[in-house]
Amino acid sequence: MEFIGGKFLQVFIALAVFAAIIGLIMLIVDRAPKSVRDKLTIVGFLAPAAILMLTGLVYPAVQTSFLAFTSASGQPNGIDNFVWMFTQPEALVTLRNTIIWTILVPLLSTIFGLAYAVFIDKARGENALKALVFMPVGISMVGAGIIWKLVYDYRGPGIEQTGVVNALRVALGMEPKQFLLDAPENTIFLIIVMVWIQTGFAMVILSAAIKGVPVELVEAARLDGANPWQQFRNVTIPGIRGALVVVLTTITIATLKVFDIVRTMTAGNYETSVIANEMYTQAFRAGEAGRGAALALVLFLLVLPIVVYNARVLRQQREIR
Amino acid sequence: MTVMPVPDETANTSRTQPGAPKGLSPDDSAPIMRRVKTKLTSRWATAAAVIIATIWTVPTFGLLVSSIRPAAKQVGPRSDGWWNFFGDWDFTFKHYVDVTAAAGSQSANLSQYFVNSLAIVIPVTVFVLVLASMAAYIFAWGTFKGRDGAFIFVFALQIIPLQMSLIPLLQLFTQVLQLPAGSYAQLWIAHTMFGLPLGIFLLHNFISEIPGEVIEAAKVDGAGHSTIFWRIILPLSVPALASLAIFQFLWVWNDLLVALVFSGGTADVAPITQRLAEISGTRGNRDFLNPAAAFVSIIVPLAVFLGLQRFFVRGLLAGGLKG
Repeated sequence: MEFIGGKFLQVFIALAVFAAIIGLIMLIVDRAPKSVRDKLTIVGFLAPAAILMLTGLVYPAVQTSFLAFTSASGQPNGIDNFVWMFTQPEALVTLRNTIIWTILVPLLSTIFGLAYAVFIDKARGENALKALVFMPVGISMVGAGIIWKLVYDYRGPGIEQTGVVNALRVALGMEPKQFLLDAPENTIFLIIVMVWIQTGFAMVILSAAIKGVPVELVEAARLDGANPWQQFRNVTIPGIRGALVVVLTTITIATLKVFDIVRTMTAGNYETSVIANEMYTQAFRAGEAGRGAALALVLFLLVLPIVVYNARVLRQQREIR
Repeated sequence: MTVMPVPDETANTSRTQPGAPKGLSPDDSAPIMRRVKTKLTSRWATAAAVIIATIWTVPTFGLLVSSIRPAAKQVGPRSDGWWNFFGDWDFTFKHYVDVTAAAGSQSANLSQYFVNSLAIVIPVTVFVLVLASMAAYIFAWGTFKGRDGAFIFVFALQIIPLQMSLIPLLQLFTQVLQLPAGSYAQLWIAHTMFGLPLGIFLLHNFISEIPGEVIEAAKVDGAGHSTIFWRIILPLSVPALASLAIFQFLWVWNDLLVALVFSGGTADVAPITQRLAEISGTRGNRDFLNPAAAFVSIIVPLAVFLGLQRFFVRGLLAGGLKG
């Protein structure tokens, strides 16, 4: 087990260097003359994070925006990459899939999460029931890919099926189905995996929000003769609107960036690719950095409205405070 | 994962449970009808909840059962579905030994990659926690021009798709900084960069709620900024730090994309997710090892996650719902 020694030495050195840097910052801040101490603290405390974010996020984002207008050899080629994206059949399939993903995943995850949160609200063993649905949130998408490949497993007709879904189909007298190969519905079966992961997240947030709806309101509606559905529709839903927006936007962004599920389950073949996966394939496998960058830029533009909306909400909150 | 702020309308007003109203209805039969109806809907609701819980649990359970079934039961002519396990009770732990033991190039060799995952996750979590809390302290309690604007900018950074950063960052690491290939440095720095915006946002929400009098009192007593930060801010922020640590741990452990781009893919550096994607991506006669391999990789995050779920949820709510 000698390999472990070398690896942990690396980790130890990294942590020691980091501690030394932070210690130095603290020392400088404390020993500085009183007149500049406050200013120096602000600079010293912010600088490490600011430098990392500027070089790791801001600079690359700007750089990628330029890269999107160059060819594979690095020559400027105008909007050729975007023309490619919106005209080539394969690229169009990628765009179509991304749209299907971003509509279905947030919607289904939120519906299932909300339904489950309502159904188990104040039930016996609520926390254990929550943990069951929350569990997939902690599983890596690679792991989830393997789990669901097993669920969708396919054997030829007449042979004992090893996948749960196909076994059920055969038991019901249907032909076994190649869930991951048959386009276009295979995209739906990949989407189910993402819904499986995100529902737990939606459920936890919405459950907390439901518990925040004043019980007096629900009670009043009940006394006015509202049936459970009307109570839910007219009291609970408006009461948790803020949380619903959070859940929908958060899952939408996560879905736009989805990569691992497609990568592990089909590698983007059989017409299942999405922008995030295609971007990786083009930039790091096909040597088409320009096309990859163009796809990343489109991804950013798709996310942008959500950012702007949320930044405005945040600004309003800070003004209130 | 990104977390959005939410207006305060859903803040935790505690839910009280008033007794059932008595004698309010003029029509005596109505409450009975209502009670029957509520009971019926709740029965359907229970059934629906059970179905959802089952569908959500069965896939993972199937993986666990598959991982201990002998190879011949999983692939080949005598193979059948994992649920048949409950008929034959035929099990083995050999697959777990096979995937973790380091032996030959054919082996999945997961123990090496497992160590890599730990060696990547632990420093990154420390880096993000310290740097993000320092920045969050300034955003919450420092006074300088443009503070609020800068904070909103940091929040917005959360949502730059990782994909946009990869190409330039790789060029920067290899050509400008000349970071050695086959070391963890690239992964540590990249993950720290990507983790900071969310970290600062979550911690800021918590740190800004610390009563100002506490900090004022310390200042009066002559404490400097670093003393206030280490002795007062950090100890008071432990709940938020815990939830961010779990976030960061899960996020980095479960990541595949950053690893694919920056690790080089060798057993010296690559994390377990990358290895898992590799061995599950190549179809072959060793497919029966995949469930065990997958389970080895999800056991740590799952244990962290279920064990510390409480903190995790609290952090999500502090960041997302209290704004």
